[in-house]
Amino acid sequence: MILLWYILIPAVAAPLAWLVSRARPQAARWVAVAGTALPLALVVWQWIAAAGALKAAFAAHGPGAAGLVQGTWLAHLQATWIAPLGISFFLAADGLTLIMLVLTFAMGLLAVLASWRGIQERVGFFHFMILWTTAALAGVFLSLDLFLFYFFFEMMLIPMYFVIALWGHERRVYAAIKFFIFTQASGLLMLIAILALYFIHGRATGVYTFDFTQLLGTQMPSGTAFLLMLGFFAAFAVKLPAFPLHTWLPDAHTEAPTAGSVILAGVLIKIGAYGMIRFMAPLFPQAVYDFRTVGMILAVIGIIYGAVMAYAQTDLKRLVAYTSVSHMGFVLLGIFAWNTLALQGVVLQIVCHALSTGALFILVGTLQDRIHTRDMAKMGGLWAVAPRMGGTAMFFALASLGLPGLGNFVAELLILVGAWQVSKWAAVLGAIGLVFATVYALWMMQRAFQGQETHALRFDDLLPRETGMYAALIAALVILGFYPQPLIATARQTVTSVQQITAGSPLSPEATSAAQLLLADDTATDGER
Amino acid sequence: MTSGDLITLLPLIVLTAAPVIVMLAAAFYRSHALALALTLVGLAATIVSLFIAATRTSRQVTPLLSFDTYALFYIGLLTVATAAVAILSWSYLQRRHVHPEEYYMLLLTATLGGAVLVASTHFAAFFLGLEILSVSLYALIVYPIYRAQFVEAAVKYLVLAGSTSAFLVFGMALVYAQAGTMTVSGLAPLLRAGLGGADVVVALGIVLMLVGVGFKLAVVPFHMWTPDVYQGAPAPVGAYVATVSKGAVFALLLRYFRPLSLDPGATLFLVFAAVAIASMVAGNLLALRQDNVKRILAYSSIANLGYLLVAFLATGGRAAVAVTLFLVAYFATSLVAFGVVTALSAPERDADSMDDYRGLARTRRWTAAAFTVALFSLAGMPLTMGFIGKFYVVAAGAGAALWALIIVLVLTSTIGLYYYTRIVVAMWVRQPDESAEAVGAAGAAVGGGSAAVLAALTAFLIVFGVYPTPLIQLIERAVATLP
Repeated sequence: MILLWYILIPAVAAPLAWLVSRARPQAARWVAVAGTALPLALVVWQWIAAAGALKAAFAAHGPGAAGLVQGTWLAHLQATWIAPLGISFFLAADGLTLIMLVLTFAMGLLAVLASWRGIQERVGFFHFMILWTTAALAGVFLSLDLFLFYFFFEMMLIPMYFVIALWGHERRVYAAIKFFIFTQASGLLMLIAILALYFIHGRATGVYTFDFTQLLGTQMPSGTAFLLMLGFFAAFAVKLPAFPLHTWLPDAHTEAPTAGSVILAGVLIKIGAYGMIRFMAPLFPQAVYDFRTVGMILAVIGIIYGAVMAYAQTDLKRLVAYTSVSHMGFVLLGIFAWNTLALQGVVLQIVCHALSTGALFILVGTLQDRIHTRDMAKMGGLWAVAPRMGGTAMFFALASLGLPGLGNFVAELLILVGAWQVSKWAAVLGAIGLVFATVYALWMMQRAFQGQETHALRFDDLLPRETGMYAALIAALVILGFYPQPLIATARQTVTSVQQITAGSPLSPEATSAAQLLLADDTATDGER
Repeated sequence: MTSGDLITLLPLIVLTAAPVIVMLAAAFYRSHALALALTLVGLAATIVSLFIAATRTSRQVTPLLSFDTYALFYIGLLTVATAAVAILSWSYLQRRHVHPEEYYMLLLTATLGGAVLVASTHFAAFFLGLEILSVSLYALIVYPIYRAQFVEAAVKYLVLAGSTSAFLVFGMALVYAQAGTMTVSGLAPLLRAGLGGADVVVALGIVLMLVGVGFKLAVVPFHMWTPDVYQGAPAPVGAYVATVSKGAVFALLLRYFRPLSLDPGATLFLVFAAVAIASMVAGNLLALRQDNVKRILAYSSIANLGYLLVAFLATGGRAAVAVTLFLVAYFATSLVAFGVVTALSAPERDADSMDDYRGLARTRRWTAAAFTVALFSLAGMPLTMGFIGKFYVVAAGAGAALWALIIVLVLTSTIGLYYYTRIVVAMWVRQPDESAEAVGAAGAAVGGGSAAVLAALTAFLIVFGVYPTPLIQLIERAVATLP
């Protein structure tokens, strides 16, 4: 039942925010804060409560028992919804779900806080849309019925579309429509794949259901499986985004208001990674294995291409957007490597990228609110004017380039080590991306904050509210850099269980023995030393 | 024919009596309110009579008509849609100084034609129903005579409908000459035999009949009239043409061709598939370049009928459910869309330009919200009936392994997003050059009746978009009697 609250609280807060805004616009902000902070507190509480359970289940049954079967969920909820089609309202949570939910509500809260000053027009409607997105995102991460998943997957498009189109920057309508069409088209391809799977399973077993746990292991010819896998891959690769389906991202991230960019970069694009780990690979392990070479090539191209493009930008926000393409390349690399190390790296990367890139987007937003430009040619020497802002930017730039001691480093290292075991070339080329990351991050600092102060810009440094926000993010990244263990332990159940599902295929040759897991944990802790 | 059959026939009797009463009332006492009230009473009585007719076990009345649950469900659907159109028409006609009483009579006779169509099991009933519907529509399209474009639209419709009716009759004659029967049940085996191309006369007859049906449905290549008539006709009549007229003919198509269970190799299957693909592609592509909201809706309806044909071709158990569910969603969505256009139309001209919708969200928040829901429903977004309907269509197509068709459906409906969102953007996004006053041709407030209809239909779209199960179960029961 607790799972339903994660969707209901923001969903109820959404119209409430709109209603109260008619009396007092400011009240909508507080409703939105409550609508995201409350479920955030709830997830954290559930996480803490579950920490023991996670460990106990793991110790009692070993990794093998932590499969995707009812009973091993931390919590689940199943009710019939559209019975004639075998669609159920099936929510369930495991370690990965909790991480994604924390991310969703934290980024939602951050988005609300980051728009405290920036959004002055249609305040109620804005928060309505943000809360609606949050509710839909929570639904995406909780659903284990494929129809329900698709339902939420599509549902968040509308509010996101409005957020970009109504409160975005200069080319907002173009960016919003592009985002909408890209995501919708690829989502529909996934829908066809889902339906095909539904009928193949139904014909074989007589049970017509969209329940993911029942659809697992459906037997089908390898050619069919490959096509269906491509349907899922299309949807998730657009979301992630993977090269060459990334072109909506720079536009959408750049034109969206700060809150929109934070949610897009922090949570929305992570659906791609989540979907691949949760659904695509477990459903079609053999097909994913067959596709591995292409997937890793796309990942490596994404890493390098994103970094090079980031370097070439003059628009500060667009630069940050392209770094996402590069970072998501690592995620894709880790997913196709599909070993414990790489997958743990992916989970860590999902979280750290959300924190560091989210912070950078907020920073660009605050800067733009003050100097009304994102053009780096018009900046320069800003450190002298706003040292706190400069220092903060420096920190997140360093996080983005993967400085040891920060979470991003651990994540990318784990992914590269994992990828090395599968393909040395992919790991080597991916590592080159880290060099490019250093170039663009430092170049950005140089052009915006260092150098000659030529434009005589005068503006306020960070306000206490903003400082507090950044301090929390900095603390999180440092903690994850030195002690990623809690996160890895939480994700472990999921990582093990999805690997367990794919164990019969060449995708998981290691078949994950308990000894290797311990080894993996050791390496993980070694990683940050 | 027994006296019991009269009870079964009750829906048609009530629907026949209602326009006569409206006409007689108008002859003695001209009152717009009275005409509308009598119309609504007549439609409500029709709904009641459906439940009475449903108690009868013998549903076939003469070889011409069958009042099975399928027919009753569709008559109910047409009746409710007509009631919605009638209420939406009230303020539209009220603002234009025309004598509106006979308008309602024509709405009722058109619905009578539709009711005959959905119950028809015989060519005679088919043709009668179609002609009652068409003749009423000729007059409806041109009803507020003072505008030249209405006349143009009506003449176009009249000439095309007249000639396609001729095709239809000729086709029926050819089939009858060869088969010697005009009932659906009698024809099915003969048609199945003739479809292989063995019997050229039967095949030719069927193709000619399909011309007539295709025209009414406005599928490519018989779609040319749609944008002009939608643009030229009064907005509420546009709503009627889009929903009742097309829905009735599609229900008939399903009844006549479903027993054939076309297999994907059959020539007729290929004809339908080609028509479906052409409608989806042409409808969506042609809508891209339009700036007129009514024309966009016209092309969108062409595309929607293409989607519907995909479900129609999926002969599996879910096809009839998918068609009906999609039609219900399409009815509600189109009524909202045209209802908004109707409600915003000024006396001088209909609110069909994109400019009429600029900034609507600021001046008329609720109207804009309703239109947005309708547009997202047309685009098939979740939380709306449009999503459930389209999902069922794709599911039916996937169940019958019509992969090529559903891939075309998916790709073309993505194109559709572009023009739907254009209208949404016009309503919600402030343009840089937009002054506060440059909003909408619409002057008068949305009338209470229209507002209630729009609110009810929008609520319907959302409620059954979230929890469609009761509706699906109802439809499953309704189509179960289909042979």
